[in-house]
Amino acid sequence: MAQITLDKLAHSYLPNPKSDADFALKQIDYVWEDGGAYALLGPSGCGKTTLLNIISGLLLPSKGNVLFDTADVTHLSPEQRNIAQVFQFPVIYDTMTVEQNLAFPLINRGVEKHEVKKRVSEMLEILDLTDKARRRARGLSADEKQKISLGRGLVRYDVNAILFDEPLTVIDPHMKWQLRTQLKELHEQFNHTMIYVTHDQTEALTFADKVVVMYEGEVVQIGTPEQLFDEPEHTFVGYFIGSPGMNILPGSVSGNTVNMADHSFSLDRHYEPISGTTEIGIRPEFIHVADAASAGANGMPLHVKAVENIGRHKIVRGSVNGHNVDAVIQEDANVPAEAFAVIDTARLNVYSNSHLVRGSR
Amino acid sequence: MDKPLNNKAWFFVLPVFFLVAISAIIPLMTVVNYSFQDTFGNNQFFWVGTEWYTDVLSSSRFHDALLRNLMFSGIILAIEIPLGIAIALSMPRKGIWVPVCLILMALPLLIPWNVVGTIWQVFGRADIGLLGHTLAELGVDYNYATNATDAWITIVIMDVWHWTSLVVLLCYSGLVAIPEAYYQAARIDGASKWKVFRYIQLPKMQRVLLIAVLLRFMDSFMIYTEPFVLTGGGPGNSTTFLSIDLVKMAIGQFDLGPAAAMSIIYFLIILLLCWVFYTLMTNFGVDAPEKEVD
Repeated sequence: MAQITLDKLAHSYLPNPKSDADFALKQIDYVWEDGGAYALLGPSGCGKTTLLNIISGLLLPSKGNVLFDTADVTHLSPEQRNIAQVFQFPVIYDTMTVEQNLAFPLINRGVEKHEVKKRVSEMLEILDLTDKARRRARGLSADEKQKISLGRGLVRYDVNAILFDEPLTVIDPHMKWQLRTQLKELHEQFNHTMIYVTHDQTEALTFADKVVVMYEGEVVQIGTPEQLFDEPEHTFVGYFIGSPGMNILPGSVSGNTVNMADHSFSLDRHYEPISGTTEIGIRPEFIHVADAASAGANGMPLHVKAVENIGRHKIVRGSVNGHNVDAVIQEDANVPAEAFAVIDTARLNVYSNSHLVRGSR
Repeated sequence: MDKPLNNKAWFFVLPVFFLVAISAIIPLMTVVNYSFQDTFGNNQFFWVGTEWYTDVLSSSRFHDALLRNLMFSGIILAIEIPLGIAIALSMPRKGIWVPVCLILMALPLLIPWNVVGTIWQVFGRADIGLLGHTLAELGVDYNYATNATDAWITIVIMDVWHWTSLVVLLCYSGLVAIPEAYYQAARIDGASKWKVFRYIQLPKMQRVLLIAVLLRFMDSFMIYTEPFVLTGGGPGNSTTFLSIDLVKMAIGQFDLGPAAAMSIIYFLIILLLCWVFYTLMTNFGVDAPEKEVD
């Protein structure tokens, strides 16, 4: 197990990258703590698989270095780095049995026979595959196959990290839940450093202690699920995390007064003058829908377009002075005929050129 | 669900049935018909029962030709399949050399059988052929017209040159269909090149290899044109394969009955061997859902 350091890492698939746009992965400096459970979250094509392949050694970065603890492994091959990777589609050795599949990486590394036997039977136990040990791997279901590919990594006690590249893509929904829970348990049991690539926020937020959000080749925020929810550092994070995403409205800020959608609010914090495009972000969870009588000073007339019942909540889709605004209300709450959107000003975020600006109290 | 039952669908099958009847079933049945009768010309036939079959099956001429066929197909498969796999493995998977290699590989396949025979006939001649003359200059006594071994070597090389490409193209198609993740996983598992071949590439090529083996077996077992053009079955009877013998019998000697019996036996042998190959190769590495393997 190891702490993984990314030192001024960047990658371009072009031989001679010139501008910033040529980089699939823009410069990143980060330390992945030993034993941490991380998720790399972002839309398709944001560079998360590129980053993962650089860490695993399948890809040589154009710039910068990868360090495992203090050793520079940038130029080492995946087997020299001693990592494990689970791919989007289950990779198994068709002609081998489940047992043989699990033993394969050990035999290739010259581990002794009885030791191989011991570890394989342990791993079968952990993965709940003991009764299928002697079956050919090709006949198994997708989730069992994915367990085998995970097992081939875990069977080596000393792996430095286990990397997952959207491992649940082809798994049936009800098995997804089970497999994710099992992953979590395995992490607690073995304490391997785990890096999990996904574009599914639920997967990322439930699996990881820390989520790395990527957007267009750039890491836009690294934080706990709570931080991503409360204080998205980039409008993309606000929009991408949460369902529905954060409301982002054009506005302006001066001192402790915020203007948005032709309304102004006073805040409990103070902002320095902001240059660049200013936007105000507010999560739908922090907008209340009220009637005229209880709206108060912070209420903005809300033109309701639709109300969606999603079970425990209702989503109110509407607009304030022509700007789209979503709000989340309780399942049993009613939307008044003359509705007002009331903003919790303490939970409002200010963005300049898409990046978060913090105020001072 | 209630479906109205009618037999209109048969009309869709009719054209194909008609074509197959004319091109295969009727000729085959005619041959079956001949194989049980004798004729002295004049369109007069009389029933001889299984006499021709007994004759053919007990004749050493048939045994020898059959043995030559089996040997030839054996040699062809033993050379072309491993060679085809090896070439396919060494071909580039991406880049500008891919189309170049593919076209080079496809070229021999575009040449008709008899032209291949003629090319090699001229190529191997000691007086004017490049190969034959060069060998003669080097002091090698090579003559496919008089030496049985030389004739065999020439025909085998000819076939390998002509048809290995087919195996290569089939294997290549199997190889490029393997997702990159398999190779990446193998690298992470520390697998050697040989193990990658043995446990990833070979199993993934199994289906196309089955087709390659079947096609090459059937084709080589039916070999006719190449020895016909090159040696005419000689020297002696050394390259007289079943097909050549069959033509000699049917058209040369006009022994319709024995020739017909022989064709039927020939056909059944090919059918049987193809079935054996198919069963062996599809069952290799596959087991019933609950069956355990050691």
